[in-house]
Amino acid sequence: MTASPPLISLRSVSRTYRTDGIAVTAVRNVSFDIAQGEIAAVMGPSGSGKSTLMNMIGLLDLPSEGAIYLQGADVAGLSEDRRSSLRARSIGFVFQSYNLLARHDAIENVALPLVYCGISRKERLARAEQSLRAVGMLHRAHHFPRQLSGGEQQRVAIARALIASPLIVLADEPTGALDSRTGAEILALFAALNQTGQTIVMITHDPGIATQCRRTIRLHDGELVADETQAMVLPKRSVAP
Amino acid sequence: MTMLQGFQIALHALRLNPLRSFLTMLGIVIGVASIVTVFAIGAGAQLRLQEQIRSIGANVLMITPGAAYQGGVRLKDGSKLTMTESDVQAILEQIPEIQAAAGSIAGTAQVIHESKNWNTTINGTTTAHFMVRDWQLAAGRYFSNAEEAGAGKVVILGNRVARELFTAGEDPIGAQIRIMKVPLEVVGVLDRKDPAQDDVAFVPLSTAKLRFLGSASNINRDSVAYIIAKVAGDGQMAGARSEIENLLRQRHRVPAGQEDDFKVQDPAAAMEAQQGAIRTVALLLVAIASVSLLVGGISIMNVMIVSVTERTREIGIRRALGGRMRDIRLQFLCEALVLCLLGGAIGVAGGVTLSMTVARMAGWITSIDGQAIALALVFSIATGLIFGFYPAHKASKLSPIEALKTE
Ligand SMILES: Nc1ncnc2c1ncn2[C@@H]1O[C@H](COP(=O)(O)OP(=O)(O)OP(=O)(O)O)[C@@H](O)[C@H]1O
Ligand SMILES: [Mg+2]
Repeated sequence: MTASPPLISLRSVSRTYRTDGIAVTAVRNVSFDIAQGEIAAVMGPSGSGKSTLMNMIGLLDLPSEGAIYLQGADVAGLSEDRRSSLRARSIGFVFQSYNLLARHDAIENVALPLVYCGISRKERLARAEQSLRAVGMLHRAHHFPRQLSGGEQQRVAIARALIASPLIVLADEPTGALDSRTGAEILALFAALNQTGQTIVMITHDPGIATQCRRTIRLHDGELVADETQAMVLPKRSVAP
Repeated sequence: MTMLQGFQIALHALRLNPLRSFLTMLGIVIGVASIVTVFAIGAGAQLRLQEQIRSIGANVLMITPGAAYQGGVRLKDGSKLTMTESDVQAILEQIPEIQAAAGSIAGTAQVIHESKNWNTTINGTTTAHFMVRDWQLAAGRYFSNAEEAGAGKVVILGNRVARELFTAGEDPIGAQIRIMKVPLEVVGVLDRKDPAQDDVAFVPLSTAKLRFLGSASNINRDSVAYIIAKVAGDGQMAGARSEIENLLRQRHRVPAGQEDDFKVQDPAAAMEAQQGAIRTVALLLVAIASVSLLVGGISIMNVMIVSVTERTREIGIRRALGGRMRDIRLQFLCEALVLCLLGGAIGVAGGVTLSMTVARMAGWITSIDGQAIALALVFSIATGLIFGFYPAHKASKLSPIEALKTE
């Protein structure tokens, strides 16, 4: 194996919420690695802690116990500001509800993360164009979210997630609000991105979608119950049992 | 994120809701407009007073008739001319601080030159009057001794009267005008002072008594309506004043304990006091206007707090995409600042327009002061910072995860 550390490592990660003295452990003692270039699906019933886990990987939240390493560095040691800056450069989020800014057009939405990377407006717009082209949405650059279909909005959101060339794209049920055909298109887009080497972690409820990812991580009641890598997706390479 | 980007985002957000943005800044607009207007009117009033003080002349005392009694009945102040030409002489000769003194009687009359005529004050006095008031000639000469002694038919015109009676090319000197059917030769035209002072025509005191006012019942040969006197130095005003009072009391035989039949006034001092009063009133009005600025600030804070709540999801998105807490804070602070600055600018424009309108409609002098404008703008920036800080801070403290969950 390579000498460089995995892109992301979780070591005995737990996250406990405390409301009115009642402690809810949303994620319990979870450990796994994500390697550069992987595409992984996170599955599990509602309330099993998938989003909580994703928020921690995305540096929006910190574990109550255990440690998360991003390229070998413990993120718990980073300041709030530092984690924000890392999010701008290294993490691309895709949400179930797209989360585009309604009052900005597609290209402005796509360019938004670069505002927080300190990049000039001219370059921001140039790169946003590229990113929109990569998801096939350049012709809709000056449309506002309300003028776009759900699938189109999600494409714009994916362009936004990609614009800063992040280390990892985190998608929380990206096809959850789409019909199955549009969902399949979005999934194909993710697969194509992964083919270019983009690391992707995607939460999904759809077993059909999960089977298209090489790796599936299953949660139940906050615990990791399965972490399977399918051999048949890439038949050339054999995987140890 | 830079300040500039903050302002760009703020402008974008405010443009989306122009009516709301305008209503939000209305308090600031009104506050700043009132401050600018009040300053302009106050400064104008002060300018006018200063001009009047200057036009009276430096170190001038004015002696007017005071209480008069007729058979034990106290008459209205000034209803009887209690001062005389010999009082003028005595003041000049016996009080060393007095450099010049002149008695006057005055009335109004129509002055006529050819087809033009004008109603103005006719002041009968001596050449000393112009010395007391430091009033120079624009053309011609003052009265000669012979004219003063012998009721010469000569007149010196105030600048305004000269302009009303003569056309631009005409030379008034040597021209004949008529006042109450008496033909008079114009021997001098005075320098400009201020509009109120320039509307006057001077004739020798003897001329006024003999030819115009001789028949008036309360005039005796020697009476004057008021006396003006020039004091040598600034510091000698109070001394000269009490000396004049003592002298006149003696000369008029005012018994001890009875009110003087004259009053000695320092018009410049009175006006300066008035100036102080104007300043106080102006400050009071500015304070009231500042309250409107405060209300404007509170209204901005209120709208900003609502806006932060409405835009919680946007804040969550921006945080997830890499916005730091301070970027969020800067964004909302910039919005408050832009609101206040824009409101301030509109307020300044409104204030300038308003004070110019007041100047035109009411005929007041207003003076628009760069300092007042700068002050008003500094106030509005401060308002933006103070009242924008809390909402901006609140926005920056939102948890991104919670913010993303809101609808
Ligand atoms: N802020 C919070 N405070 C308290 N409990 C929370 C909080 N956020 C999540 N939880 C709890 O943690 C558990 C896991 O929530 P999470 O959102 O991660 O589930 P999920 O797997 O993403 O579910 P879904 O598929 O419905 O999105 C749930 O029981 C939830 O109630
Ligand atoms: Mg979830």
